[in-house]
Amino acid sequence: MSRVKLPIGPQHPALKEPENFTITLDGERVIDVDIRIGYTHRGIEKLMESRTYTQNLYLVERICGICSYAHVVNFTQNVEEVLGIQIPKRAEFIRTLFLELERLHSHFLWLGVAGHEIGFDTLFMYTWQDRELVQDLLEMISGNRVNYAMNTIGGVRRDVSEEHRKKVIEGMDYLEKRAVYYKEVAINEKTILARAENVGILKPKDALKYSAVGPTVRASGITVDIRRDDPYASYTEAPFDVITTDTCDVLGRVVVRILEIFESIKIIRYLMEHLIPGEIVVKVPRKIPEGESISHTEAPRGEDFHYLRSNGTEKPERYKVRTPTLANLPAVAEMLKGAYLADVPIVVAAIDPCMGCMDRVLLLKHGRDKPGEIIDGDRLRSYGIKWYAEQGWKT
Amino acid sequence: MNTILALVYLLIFPGFVFLFSFSLFTEYLDRKIYARIQRRVGPPFLQPFADLVKLAAKEDVVPENAEHFMFTTAPLVGLAAIFAAFLFLPIVASFGLHSFNGDLIVVLYLLTIPTLALFLGGWYSGNVFGQKGGMRVASLLFSYEIPFFLSLLTPALISGSWKMADIIDFEVAHPVVLIISLLGFVIALISLQGKLERLPFDIPEAETEIVAGPLVEYSGRRLALFRLARDAEMVVGAGLIAVVFLGGPMPLIEIEPIYLSWICGALFFLLKTLFVIFLLILMKSAVARIRTDQMISFAYKWLIPLTLVQIFIAIMVRFLGGI
Repeated sequence: MSRVKLPIGPQHPALKEPENFTITLDGERVIDVDIRIGYTHRGIEKLMESRTYTQNLYLVERICGICSYAHVVNFTQNVEEVLGIQIPKRAEFIRTLFLELERLHSHFLWLGVAGHEIGFDTLFMYTWQDRELVQDLLEMISGNRVNYAMNTIGGVRRDVSEEHRKKVIEGMDYLEKRAVYYKEVAINEKTILARAENVGILKPKDALKYSAVGPTVRASGITVDIRRDDPYASYTEAPFDVITTDTCDVLGRVVVRILEIFESIKIIRYLMEHLIPGEIVVKVPRKIPEGESISHTEAPRGEDFHYLRSNGTEKPERYKVRTPTLANLPAVAEMLKGAYLADVPIVVAAIDPCMGCMDRVLLLKHGRDKPGEIIDGDRLRSYGIKWYAEQGWKT
Repeated sequence: MNTILALVYLLIFPGFVFLFSFSLFTEYLDRKIYARIQRRVGPPFLQPFADLVKLAAKEDVVPENAEHFMFTTAPLVGLAAIFAAFLFLPIVASFGLHSFNGDLIVVLYLLTIPTLALFLGGWYSGNVFGQKGGMRVASLLFSYEIPFFLSLLTPALISGSWKMADIIDFEVAHPVVLIISLLGFVIALISLQGKLERLPFDIPEAETEIVAGPLVEYSGRRLALFRLARDAEMVVGAGLIAVVFLGGPMPLIEIEPIYLSWICGALFFLLKTLFVIFLLILMKSAVARIRTDQMISFAYKWLIPLTLVQIFIAIMVRFLGGI
């Protein structure tokens, strides 16, 4: 059969969010991949410039539906750094608790999605049911399942009670049992091994070349973890190991994530046992002084990077987000080369893509036929300011 | 049989009406048990029927790029072949509507036609996903069809007849055949799973890879026909295995008048068919989908050699064992 161009996306059952992977096939083999992004750009960075810091707390949370908390922690850390304040230790503990609970539910969710991509729907149903427990814990403490609205500038908004503490510890016991089970399934079930072993190879040098992040790069045997490399919140104190594997394939990414579940459980147990009484929030002024700050956290999917420039008003002048999926996408093209068509969904899913979070604007200057152009932030910003001025709107 | 009885046989039981409702019932069982295994609630009893009616009422689109004749005929041919195949199965006693020497081969042949219809439907749909799926259907055909045929050959070899009625009678006379052909039974189950394109062999319509494969452009009535054909194929395939390996409607219980013992026979047949279907559902819920190349190498490295071993055993038993 001659070469065929198969469009995976923007609408395709394998992708939960619209992006386009145009795949050139020779029979069942992938020859080339063309990734096109820009279908779900929401303009959140621009929107943030017209809202106050308090309003932005809730906007930042909505960048991602799964690692929402990593974003909001980044935002608050940025603002706190510009303000030059130190949040109470108890607040740091609670933030870390939420970061790790979020990692737990994200990894369980991913395991199910990966199962679904290779047609293992039973695994999908099982993991998603267990994930419900994490969501219930999050809801119990914060009142919300997805966007917890837990952080505020200078601390957290809700406290963890003694009853919460007990329930969280109980939940960890159950989740640990389930994670042991999934580990057994993932490394023993023949059909999973057949689909995951030696699929989507990303060699360590390529992982570095394409600057992959998170579990993707750790599965290539490179020890990168922001929690250890540049500790924030309570990660200086909580004990955990950075998980890596050297198989460089999809199975490695599965194993890394399952083992990270155990590490998260370890951290949460430590936090719950060493929770000290005290304040959970400090008072901060409404206006944020002029300054610049960066903050990065290890979101479930990898390094999440935020930049803030403030100008002394109650609104940020510039805010910039680089989510882990954007860093991992170039590596996907490398992983897909030489793969089978059947491997495409699981290889794409193996980076745990979150397209909505990372999307960028693609301006089609020459119409549909010619390739589009990716413009950088500064040009986009000046274009935006000009466009708003032309409309006669105040920015 | 007189004309009226033959018409009843054709249209009501075990012909069209019965197969239609039993197929929908097995779809319900399939979905319900699969759901319960996954700790879900599953669909209500009439859901497959409601789905079918709803699909039939929907707009039926034939894409501009599709080859109109092939695209519209494929589902009809597939369904018709399945319904025809069912008539030859011995359901109430050790004879079908028309039992003759070689009816096993006719059923096997008719069971291949829906696969061909699916391939043609996908190929002529004018959609790249449909064509990709059609290619997969065609390229996988041999990897399950050969072990399926060969494993069904075993009981025929032992009993020395191509007639399903004879095979059943022989099995009733020598129940040890059931044990000798156990390996063949397992192989037939696995290859039937492939034939029905169910997990782990649902490669041609892998949802997350090629959307729905050959069915991607089908909608409305024609999609409903394909889905019904898929359900009926499961019933006929499982029924065939139940007949050839498990003795179908036997053992015969002699009750007067004769039709009461026919009802007993039909019940036995249904129970055995459901048992086979249950095994198919269990297989589906514990595995992930494998790749085309893996399926082909699995078939040629494991299934076919094992089938040859089974045939060898059968021949040894037949000529040396002296049953």
